[in-house]
This record gives sequence, structure tokens and C-alpha cells, in this order.
Amino acid sequence: MALATRATRTDRRPSKTPTFWDSTVGKKTVMAVSGLVMLLYLVVHMLGNLKIFFGTDEFNGYAHWLRTVGEPFMHYEWTLWLVRIVLVLAVVAHAVSAYQLSRRDIKARPTPYVHKRKRASYATRTMRWGGVILGLFIVWHLLDLTTLTVNEHAVHGEAYQNVVATFSTWYGNVIYLVAMVALGFHVRHGFWSAAQTLGVGSAARDRALKTAANGLALLLTVGFVSVPVAVMTGVVS
Amino acid sequence: MKTPDSYGSYGSYGSYGSYGSYADYATGEPIADAKAPTGPIAERWDTRRFEAKLVNPANRRKHTVIVVGTGLAGGSAGATLAEQGYHVVQFCYQDSPRRAHSIAAQGGINAAKNYRNDGDSVHRLFYDTVKGGDFRARESNVHRLAQISVEIIDQCVAQGVPFAREYGGLLDTRSFGGVQVSRTFYARGQTGQQLLLGAYQALSRQIAAGNVELHPRTEMLDVIVVDGRARGIVARDLITGKIETYFADAVVLASGGYGNVFYLSTNAMNSNATAVWRAHRRGAYFANPCFTQIHPTCIPRTGDHQSKLTLMSESLRNDGRIWVPKAKGDDRPPNKIPEDERDYYLERVYPSFGNLVPRDIASRAAKNVCDEGRGVGPGGQGVYLDFADAIQRMGRKAVEAKYGNLFDMYARITDEDPYSVPMRIYPAVHYTMGGLWVDYDLQTTVPGLFAVGEANFSDHGANRLGASALMQGLADGYFVLPSTINDYLARNPLGDEVDAGHPVVREVLDETEGRIARLLAVDGDRTPDSFHRELGEVMWEFCGMARTEEGLRKALDRIPQIREEFWRRIKVPGVGEEFNQSLEKANRIVDYLELAELMCLDALHRAESCGGHFREESQTPDGEAERRDEQFSYAAAWEFTGTGEAPTLHKEDLVFEYVHPTQRSYA
Amino acid sequence: MKLTLRVWRQRNADADGSMSTYEVDGISSDMSFLEMLDTLNEELILKGEDPVAFDHDCREGICGACSLVINGDAHGPERTTTCQLHMRSFRDGDTIDIEPWRASAFPVVKDLVVDRSSFDRIIQAGGYVSAPTGSAPEAHATPVPKPDADYAFEHAECIGCGACVAACPNGSAMLFTSAKVNHLNVLPQGAPERETRVLDMVGQMDAEGFGGCTLTGACATACPKGIPLPSIAAMNKEFLRATRKVSRG
Repeated sequence: MALATRATRTDRRPSKTPTFWDSTVGKKTVMAVSGLVMLLYLVVHMLGNLKIFFGTDEFNGYAHWLRTVGEPFMHYEWTLWLVRIVLVLAVVAHAVSAYQLSRRDIKARPTPYVHKRKRASYATRTMRWGGVILGLFIVWHLLDLTTLTVNEHAVHGEAYQNVVATFSTWYGNVIYLVAMVALGFHVRHGFWSAAQTLGVGSAARDRALKTAANGLALLLTVGFVSVPVAVMTGVVS
Repeated sequence: MKTPDSYGSYGSYGSYGSYGSYADYATGEPIADAKAPTGPIAERWDTRRFEAKLVNPANRRKHTVIVVGTGLAGGSAGATLAEQGYHVVQFCYQDSPRRAHSIAAQGGINAAKNYRNDGDSVHRLFYDTVKGGDFRARESNVHRLAQISVEIIDQCVAQGVPFAREYGGLLDTRSFGGVQVSRTFYARGQTGQQLLLGAYQALSRQIAAGNVELHPRTEMLDVIVVDGRARGIVARDLITGKIETYFADAVVLASGGYGNVFYLSTNAMNSNATAVWRAHRRGAYFANPCFTQIHPTCIPRTGDHQSKLTLMSESLRNDGRIWVPKAKGDDRPPNKIPEDERDYYLERVYPSFGNLVPRDIASRAAKNVCDEGRGVGPGGQGVYLDFADAIQRMGRKAVEAKYGNLFDMYARITDEDPYSVPMRIYPAVHYTMGGLWVDYDLQTTVPGLFAVGEANFSDHGANRLGASALMQGLADGYFVLPSTINDYLARNPLGDEVDAGHPVVREVLDETEGRIARLLAVDGDRTPDSFHRELGEVMWEFCGMARTEEGLRKALDRIPQIREEFWRRIKVPGVGEEFNQSLEKANRIVDYLELAELMCLDALHRAESCGGHFREESQTPDGEAERRDEQFSYAAAWEFTGTGEAPTLHKEDLVFEYVHPTQRSYA
Repeated sequence: MKLTLRVWRQRNADADGSMSTYEVDGISSDMSFLEMLDTLNEELILKGEDPVAFDHDCREGICGACSLVINGDAHGPERTTTCQLHMRSFRDGDTIDIEPWRASAFPVVKDLVVDRSSFDRIIQAGGYVSAPTGSAPEAHATPVPKPDADYAFEHAECIGCGACVAACPNGSAMLFTSAKVNHLNVLPQGAPERETRVLDMVGQMDAEGFGGCTLTGACATACPKGIPLPSIAAMNKEFLRATRKVSRG
């Protein structure tokens, strides 16, 4: 029936279905999933940080336990390294897609408007700059409290003292506070945005999602910030 | 015929001679529709489809069909022809086919589905349409339209057109325009938009498949007729200004109506008559140009800056009461005018129908009270449409639910709150029933040149019923033309290849380029809009809602003068080879200035009142339109003989076998 | 009213453009914004200058042709199309900035006119139901639940004006694309092509050079027809669903 097919041609335009990663929606999905992975980690991380309020032994004990989680099935530090690998992958995936999407977005508006509007891109700006701030912060944070390269105390196994040392410097506090405020804004839009990207958002659920996003952002910021505040005010020393 | 200057060599272009006397326009041979089969009316369409020759599917690809316009008729025709396998080359002046003016239709689309079990049938829709057209339409065509109406709904639903539905999931319908059955399918107040997007999407699918070659922002400027057959068009790329020729085996005009002759109308700003008028100049007869429909419920103009008029659904007349002050020049605000000083003139004059009289009667009555000096609002060109009683009776909530979006639209445009102050309305030109004369196959008098939708004259007679325009556009495009064009293409084997080097093509191209060059060369002191507005005022005054011999003669004197002045004083800035909107406009006005004359002549010769055409000399003692069937039961098909030359009239006698003419009465 | 207009003037797609300043006087507050521009153009023509080119057609808010960024807002300060914006929204003595839609996928044709054919190509990529004329079953053969029909209609209201792209800081066409995907994908008639439609349309959208969505919501705020922001989430869901189904199948 070649003839008939020809006459009522219904074949589609010769386009190849774009692969997931090539499409903007696919990249956004990668961002959403990697973001949620990091978010989950942050919640656990923040809760763990609060152990500092129970004293040196408990906090340092907790830090040690993190290396022995999963034993005897897991070898020493295996779980920790597993988590680290997942996190690095998440950060890289998040950052690469963010970078590529941002480049694309900027290219999509080559000529800016002459008349600038103030209220325009609140979310976009906070996400982009917030993301950069957070990326830089992670580097510093690892050098400070993981590798202890820049830490003033810098004794492995003495997590409590290392933390106190960090928050006893003015720059340690400033960097941390700025980063945590950025984190709050990032999570606030990011969580809700991830829900939209993953197709969970709807008009009916919008309020609940926004409330959850605000709650999470607030919880994380307050939780993380409580530690330097406690050091500064002498509650933890 | 005078030839004003050296540009006269471009055909008859630029001549602006004036008619001496209208008593002596020539009457030519009668014209007849040779394509409609005889026999029982319900079987004619089947018979015609069977008798029509077919084109072998394998050969269709070798045939190119040009379609001009992408509205309901053009979009559906282009998509369907491409589905059948033809190579379609399609044009629209808009930047996208999705913007054709069908998109603005609000009310709905009629179909004889009888889903309500309220006594509707194909025959009843046929009957209503013939009667509504005041017995000036062809029975065969109208019956076919009613038959096809049923398939249109099926087709549109299959395309995903989101018609209004009931809770059971089935389609909702409503009654419209005073019809007693509920046969109008709708998608809120945006039925035209949804149907057009359906056709646009079908067309898009064919564009993607490579079966339709689309030329957006390209305006047709002439038809190429070689050896008596339409073989292509001349079109201008509106971005580059390049004028090019396109060739085909048949040309389909789906370029809409000519309401913009009046300057102010509910048509889109760029809707124009150039395609049909050019076709007319090349030999296609123009039928019933004086049949124009004027819609009573539009928002009045606010001043000279007004560029177009906006229609509000006539459903407003179901609950609103129309009135003007009893005293002339009463300029108190409406709320300060006591009840006994108001004249609810429709209720007074037409007690049984009241505010629901047909469109033309409501429009004319509004004009009459305004002419008496009792109109309201700026310039006294308006009447009140008052919902105070309805709000009191139904409650504000109910009125809001029913008319909320219309009230919002009114408030946005006028900055008045229709819940507290009566709306002001005034009639406006809305639709043109006249158009290119076509036979049952929708073919014009030029073989190979077809006209569909509002561009032809075929189905609405002297007056179109509400919700029938969409029906006709889609019937023509989806179902009628794709069947009938086969017959033409099958019977007319591919002739000699026509190309740009052909002497006829060269001539047409030269003429078009000459016209553009001339428009740019005048460099006068008046803008295109100023001429368009002036012409519009003449047409509205003398060829609008009520027409008289005296007025029409004045218009026929005046129009050639405007035309002469136009060619002397027009100023078009810029050059031809660029995006030049002033040039586009001026070029369209050239054609309005000729078409307007034919409209007035047609209105003058038709010394009867029928449908949208009201001649004051032909009315009953109580002021109703009086048809004169013995003299005028025909469609008037005009043949072009030259600009400013008296055209030749060819009459197509209308025979009514099934619906017998009666004089309507609404008193 | 007397106004100062600063208008983007650009002779053609290849030329450089800049803002030019014009004074207009005698503007009535009842005029629409486009009628105000008509007034300016009448004066320019008589002065022998090139009138300002802008797209417009129906002037009743439905064709989607008009497309001006007024003081930084797509379609101006009110939530409507430019043609339905009236001069009463401005005050005597105001300075008004008028610019074209800005997006690499909407190149400027002249002055305030842009080429939006990228939107047409997105529709061509899959924004239809393959239902050739004559193939349709009886309209009542498939009932559609009213909420689905209403949902489809709400998204089908899109007029394709491009204000969403103009307003989006990323020049993204997600709202436009999602409106059509949701209109057709919710209906039973659109179901057979549900997956290919969303994948192809998103693919075309990306190929046209529109930006990605960062869910700023600027599009939905600018949309004259009120296409809601959750429309985008719904399309993302369709996209992910289609990706899973296609990779499985």
C-alpha cells in the first residue's frame, strides 16, 4: 500500500527524539533529583550538627560513629565514602546542568531590555548567585572541617574543637552565615522548583509545596546557624 | 474613462472615471449554476460526489493547489487537500496561520445533530438558513451545508477542539440568535478561536509532513489567468517587499469578507478585499456585494481616533432592555432619567419580540432613534442596554454568572461599570454575505479559481444566521472543496507549464509592480488612513443600515472623487523593497475604492429590501423590510469591465422548490 | 494627554537598532495603546518620516498579533493584550518605553515587529491530533469528563502572542509549549500521541533556542489569557512519563 501511504502521508517530521540529557527539561530533572539528594543529606547533616549542644564527647563520638556506620558489613569509613561519592556526583551533576542551563538562558535573551524592571528575576538571581556562593562555600567547608587544611585547631578526631575553632574567627562566622542565608533562599525556591520539575506541582498542591519549601528552608538555616551563634554567645565553647 | 497621467499604461489602473447614469449598466446573459444536480435535494450532494471525476492518488502529488488565507475555510481546505496528497502552497498575510480573523468569532457553530431531541433535523437547519437568508440563497448549497454540519462537529471533536460539555461528558449546546432549537455548539465565548486552532493544527501537521508549503507574511496581489484558467498568483513578501509569482493547477481563495470597506467594522485591521477584488478584475463575477450584515450589539466609538469596533455577543439582548431618552438632546446621566421619560423603543414597536428582534431590525431601529437626535454617549451614536431590571429580577450574582466576561470586556474598553450604569451599544459592520460568485463546486467564473468561506457568496443569501459563519467556513474547507476540486483537476489535464517567462505572467507582474511604484511615487499630503476613513464614512452613511436611491447616488458620485483624490494626494513613506505597513494599507485601499462603488451600485439596482439590505423605498406601511420576489429573486453577479466603467450584471435566478418564500413579520 | 515615547527603532533584521524619542499630544484616555501609536504614525507619515512598525490585527485581544514590551512589561501594566490596554492606564506627561519582544528565538523583523515562527514550528512538531478529515467517529462516541474538557479549554485559550517568552528572564517558551501539550494530552482524542507529542514539542522548543525554565513565574503573570504556572509542572510530568514509556517500549 505504498501508494495509499503516500497519498495520506501521516509520518512525522524527521526529528529524532532528543535524549533526556539533551533537553532542558531533562537537565532540569537532573538538577531536581541531585538537589533533593543533597537536601536530604543536609537535613541529616543539620540534625547531626545539633549534637554539639550535648558536649564534646557526644559530638566527637558521633563524628567517629560516622566512620563506623554499617559495620561489620561495611569496612571502616566505607559508608562515609559511599555517601561522599554520591554527594560529589550530585554536586557535579547539579552544577554542570546549572551551568549549561544558565548559559543557554543567557543566550536566549541576547539583547536586554532597555527599560529595566526591578521585580523581575528574583528567583533566577538568587538561584544562580546563591548556587555559586554555595559551591564556593562547600570548597571552603571541606578544607576547613574535612581536610582541616585551613582550620586553626586542625586535629583529626576532635571535631568539636575544630568547629569551635572555626567559629571563633570572624571570617569563619561571616562565610558560614552568608552561606547559610544563601542556602535558605536556594532551598526555598529550589525545593518548590524541583517539585514542579518532577511534575508533582499542581494548583491544588501549590500552597502545601510552598509551605513545605519555606519550612525546610527555615529549618535548615536556623538549624545550621544555631551552631556558630552558640559558639559566638559562648553556649558552646 | 480618463487616464490621468503616464501611469495609465498599467492596465486600467489609476483611472477614476465616474458613472454617468446607473440606469444604463449593462445586463448580460443570465448565469446559471451548472454543477448542482437535479433530483431530490437530500441526494444532490451524494450525486455530485459520485458524478465528480477523481484524481488517482498516485497523481495527486503532481498537482499543486494554491490556497490564499488560513482562516477556518483556508486552513481546513489546505490541511484536507494535503491529506489527500495534493501539493499545497498556502499564503497568509499574518505572521502565523493561527491569527486569521476566524479566531475572533465568539458565539458558536450550528449543527443539525439533534442531540437535544428538540425536533431539529438537517431539513430544519436548511429551512431556517434559507428563511434567515431572506430567500436569496441557493437551496442546493444550503441543504448541503446543513447535511455537512453534522460531520463538522465529529471532525472537530476528533481534533481535540474543547467544546463545552455537560457533566455526563457529552457535548453541550445552546440556542442562538432566536432559533427555537438548541443546535449551537460552543467553547465558551471563543468558539472561533478553538475551531481555528483545530484547523491550524491540522495544517501544521501537513506542513511538518512537507505536504504544505506555507508562506506567512505574504499577501496575494493578483491572480494569474492563462488561457482562461487560473494558474497562479502574484504575491508580495511583506518582510522583504519582494513581489513574486507562484504557479499551480488551481487557486483557492479563502481570503475572507470585505467589511473593512467601511473602515470601522468588527473585522481585523488587516482583513482586506484585495484577493477577491483582484480576482474580480481578472474575470470572476462578484455576487450580491451589497449584502452586508450589521450587528446591533457593538461597543460605540469614542472619537475620531477609533480604529475598529468590538462586538459583544447578542445574547446580551436576552436580559438587557434597550432604551433611549424620549426627549431629544437629553444629556442627563441615565440614572437621572425617570422611567416615564425613557423610550424602550423595541418593546414599544415590536411588542411580541421586544428586544429580541432580528439583528437587522434592532440595528435599524437604533439608527433611527439616533438620527432623531435621541442617541446617547459621545456624538449621540449609541443607545442604552440596561441590566438594572435583570439585576433586580435575577440578582447580581446570576447576571454575573451569565454575562460576567462580557461585562468585564465592556468595562475594560469603556471604563464604565455596566452593573451600575447602563451599557451603551451601537451597530457595526460585522459580516459580508456577498462575495465571489461560485457554482455548486465553489468554482468562480474563472475555471480553476475557487472561493471558499466568507470570500464567496453562496450560502447565506441576504442575511446570515448567528453561528452559521463558522459552519460554512468549515463545510467548504473540510468537505466541499476537497471533493469538488478533484473534478476540476481530473477533467483538466496538466496543461503547458506556466513560468515567470510567460507573457501573461510578465504582464500581471508588471501591473502589480507598477501599482506599487505608483503608490510610492505620488508623495502627496494625505495618509492612507485618512482616505480609508473618508471612504468608510461615505459607505456607512449611504450604504449602511438603511439605503436610499438618493443616498446611493450621492455615494456613487463621491467615491470616484475620493479615488481621484487618492491617486493625487496619497502619501506612502519608504520604499517597496522593505517591511512597509503604510504601503500594504494603501494598496488595500486602492481596491476598497473600487469595490465600494460596486457595492453602492448593487445596492442601488436592488430596489427591494431583503435581509441585511434595507431600501427605504421598499418597506411595508409599518416600516418593515419588503422583499420584491417577482423582480429580485436572483443573485446579482457582476462582471468587471474596467475601473469606473459600468459593470455588466448577470442574474442567477433563484428557484425555491422546498422552502416557499414568505414575508417575515416581527411586529 | 501629552506623552513622551521612547521607541525601539530598527530598520530591518540585520540593522542595529536604538531607542528614538517622540512627543505625542492630544491623546485621549479612551484611546487604546495601539490607537495612540496610530496617532503617532499619522504624524510621522505627514512629516515624511518612517512610521513605527508594530504587529496588530484583531484589536480585540484574541489573535495574539500585538506584542509590545511597555515600560519593561510584556503587554504593559495591565494583564491583557496591548490592543486592549487603554491610555487611561497612563498619566499626562508620562514617558513610556516601548520595545519589541526580546528573545533569540524571536528575531526582530523591523522596529517592534518580531518573527514568532518558532512557535509555529513547535506546534508543527506535535501540537495536533492526527485526525485526517473524514476519519472522525461520531462526536458522542467518546464522552469526555467535564473537568477534563474544562482543563483542556483552559490551556487551549493560549493565543500564541509570546508574552511568556518576552517576560521570562530566560526567554523560555515552557508556558506556551505546556499549554498545548496539556490541552491535547488530557483529552482521550490526544492520548494515542501523548508521548511523542510532548517529547517532540519539547525537543523543538529547545532546538529553537528558547531558554530553560527556572520557574520564576514571570510568564504566567504576563500571560493575557491566564495560562496558569502549574501548567509547566504538568508538562514536566508528561515529559518524564513519556521518557519512561519510550525507553521501556
